[in-house]
Amino acid sequence: MTDPDTVTAAKNTPGEPEPPVPASASPDGAAPEAAAPEAAAPESRRTVVARVLGILTNADRVQNLILLVVIVLIAAFVTSRQPAFLTWGNLSIAVTGTIILFGLTGLVELLVIIVGGLDISVGSIVGLTSVVGALVWTHTGQNGGLAVLSALLVGLLCGLVNGLLIVYGRVNPFIATLATLAAFKGVGQVLSDGGAIGSGFSSNAIFIFIQRGSIAGLPTQLFILLIVALALAFLLLYTDIGRNIYAIGGNPTAARLAGVNINRYVLAVYLVVGFVAAIAGVILMARQGFGQQTGSVDGLELKAVTVAALGGASLRGGRGGVLGAVLAIVLLGFLENGMNVLNINTFWQNVAQGTLLLIAVIAQQRRRKERAIGIPD
Amino acid sequence: MPATDPVKPVTPEPAGTPGTEPALRMIGVSKQFGPVHALREVSVDFRAGEVTALMGENGAGKSTLLKVLIGALSIDAGTVELDGRPVTFADPTASRAAGVRVVAQEPEIIPHVSVAENIFVGALPARGRLFRKAELVAKAAELILRSGFGQVLHPETLGSRLTPAQRQLVEILRALTDQPRVIAFDEPTSSLADGEVELLFTLIRRLREQGVAVIYVSHRLKEVFALGDRIAVLRDGAHVGTRPVEGTSEAELIRMMVGRDLSSLYHDELARPAPGDVVLEVSGLSSADVRDISFQVRAGEIVGLAGLIGAGRTELVRALIGAEPTTAGTVTFQGQQRRFHSPRDAVRAGIGLAPEERKAEALFLQRSVRENTAAAIYDRIRTARVINRKKERATVAQFLDRLRVRTPGMEYPVANLSGGNQQKVVLARWLARNPALLILDEPTRGVDVGAKSEIYAIIHELAAAGIAILMVSSELPEVLGLADRIIVMQNGRITGELTRAEATEEGVLALAMADDLSDLVVGLQTETSGATP
Repeated sequence: MTDPDTVTAAKNTPGEPEPPVPASASPDGAAPEAAAPEAAAPESRRTVVARVLGILTNADRVQNLILLVVIVLIAAFVTSRQPAFLTWGNLSIAVTGTIILFGLTGLVELLVIIVGGLDISVGSIVGLTSVVGALVWTHTGQNGGLAVLSALLVGLLCGLVNGLLIVYGRVNPFIATLATLAAFKGVGQVLSDGGAIGSGFSSNAIFIFIQRGSIAGLPTQLFILLIVALALAFLLLYTDIGRNIYAIGGNPTAARLAGVNINRYVLAVYLVVGFVAAIAGVILMARQGFGQQTGSVDGLELKAVTVAALGGASLRGGRGGVLGAVLAIVLLGFLENGMNVLNINTFWQNVAQGTLLLIAVIAQQRRRKERAIGIPD
Repeated sequence: MPATDPVKPVTPEPAGTPGTEPALRMIGVSKQFGPVHALREVSVDFRAGEVTALMGENGAGKSTLLKVLIGALSIDAGTVELDGRPVTFADPTASRAAGVRVVAQEPEIIPHVSVAENIFVGALPARGRLFRKAELVAKAAELILRSGFGQVLHPETLGSRLTPAQRQLVEILRALTDQPRVIAFDEPTSSLADGEVELLFTLIRRLREQGVAVIYVSHRLKEVFALGDRIAVLRDGAHVGTRPVEGTSEAELIRMMVGRDLSSLYHDELARPAPGDVVLEVSGLSSADVRDISFQVRAGEIVGLAGLIGAGRTELVRALIGAEPTTAGTVTFQGQQRRFHSPRDAVRAGIGLAPEERKAEALFLQRSVRENTAAAIYDRIRTARVINRKKERATVAQFLDRLRVRTPGMEYPVANLSGGNQQKVVLARWLARNPALLILDEPTRGVDVGAKSEIYAIIHELAAAGIAILMVSSELPEVLGLADRIIVMQNGRITGELTRAEATEEGVLALAMADDLSDLVVGLQTETSGATP
């Protein structure tokens, strides 16, 4: 990680090519970089300038800049009315509590959208895993480890079902997960009989740790969210797995002909989604003290897609980055918590969230100057 | 219709030859995209009852000129006159109403409707709002017959079932639905095989007789000389000159286009060592599209795979690398009998494929030149799944350099490169894996003359380095000029094999054409294009 190139690249929006050196730089067409990779030193200043300029020209970067500006505006506005907003206490407890569920599911939604899929069953998986975990908890004499383990297993199983339906059943991802959204939810409702399952979680060390503990000075939940985000960013930016995921989302035929095992990748991505959704389910269990198929998980899938879209993902696949998604998570968290702090009617939150999404995505499309024909991505 | 003066050599200048009125004239037309001058004060005219060929390398401004003509792009300076009156087309609908049409190189076909609906889309016959299918099919059938495509196109075939050649014919018919005054063909033969090219030429000659001003954009010298009356050449956005076809040599034309001499397009002068061991041996291979295919390719040998579009060449290649299931036969690769279940197996074994549809099947258009070049070598430049970026950049640089890819840098979006350079990126991707066998499906499609010559040189070089090369091509001169041996396919079978010495265009064509025409037509219609996911 000491390679200067690597560090600079990390600062860029994940998943976008670095900005091009202006074409005029090499009139005879002999690519300077291509011809002399070792002679990077005299190039570096120009490259840095090009990258800085790139912040203003690259669609994803512009979008991230917009997100950042909106975050600052919201923070400034809310703090001016309610100084307690921008305190560590509020951020680490209330804001984290707001973002944890849609943060985790939004990050993996980003992943599945980049690979060219979609998963709108994440909310149902979160609910189902919390119900199953709570049932195991209740029936094993309050064994926290087993409860967590079973929840994670069920999450993987749900991901496997989605993946198999899409890869081998050849069902469109939207339709497949629309079906499992209902099915997983139904299973959870049947198992829980529509009610809240379990009690006494607050007496178990694991759940106390998840709910109130901290790692490295960060609340456990925030730490988990951060780890998932970092792991995802690392995967997408630095590994061949990430490259292949972008390749599959961008052009599956070309990826296959280049020797990528597409089926395995898509299946693995859905497994990751199921697993991370299950982590969210465990956290949900710890937070509210019971497992339930309704409540916090209602509409979670839409918020997850919102995070991915605000973060620059295109539903056609092959595009998007973790930095954008993280900014989107912070923005939505600030918006929701800020409105709570200011005692604004929660219904307005939906209006604000929808409006923001529209503005961000329209700005993004304008920047990309894609063909204005037919139904856009 | 007063013909052009065939006796006296016409002055090279485009404007003002007495006796022929230009149907469409461009005067001092300029168009700029940012710093790029796509057209520089272009003055050229296109006369009624004449075929004006428009030539130039990729990026010379031909496409921009056509877009300006139909109003898809506005012009920065200059005027366009139709029949002597200045016109400004706000959009393609306006130019269409005035009788100016362009036949696109890459047709947009609606997959789930019939050929008839695809032809008349936007102007479907109807009574009130009720769509009249019988009338539509009759109209389409009449147009197809009148245009001479009756043998190869059926009005009720679904768009998704059409071969690339048939899609191109549909696009051509669209332009003929309302009597055009000026019609421009943009590389109409790039997806056609020689048989269909003849049909198209007959049609264009008839349009010329009817007094239509035909603009014919092509990279293929042979076609231009066979069809054109005059040739207008663009270079770097400027009109270099217009010459009558008679009295103009190929060499002169190429010099006008590239501004230099192309000593020999196919590099006959390059000697290669004799072929080595057998790398690929196919025996009795059959799939849904091909039957009983047997042949060999040796190390350092270039084997051409010729045939009409739809003969099953692309399908054979796909079956070979495991992209399509096979039903019988064996593939022996480097002395070992192999069964490739997916392209991944073939890639790992040492086979590279540069597919026919570059953009749809090979490139990641949203990504950089670097990622496109490195796409097949990640397993060799990673440590515990983390890509070694230094190694990546060094490898990519090495192969971009070796293939003389012209790009402002390796981080440049691959989508912005010219067709020739994109193709070189695809070749670089495979060379980086150092394959034992390289399969090239239409390696120079949509590539200009200069880049073509470079690609031919690269192919020679690779073969000289001991790589076995299997090249599918619909351009006969290319196959004849490059291949050591030529395998000819027709209707899913191999109909013959010719050595370089015994191969002639006529000989290859004779093997490629069916002795039974109806057989050919059935073959064309049942063959689907290779673009399955």
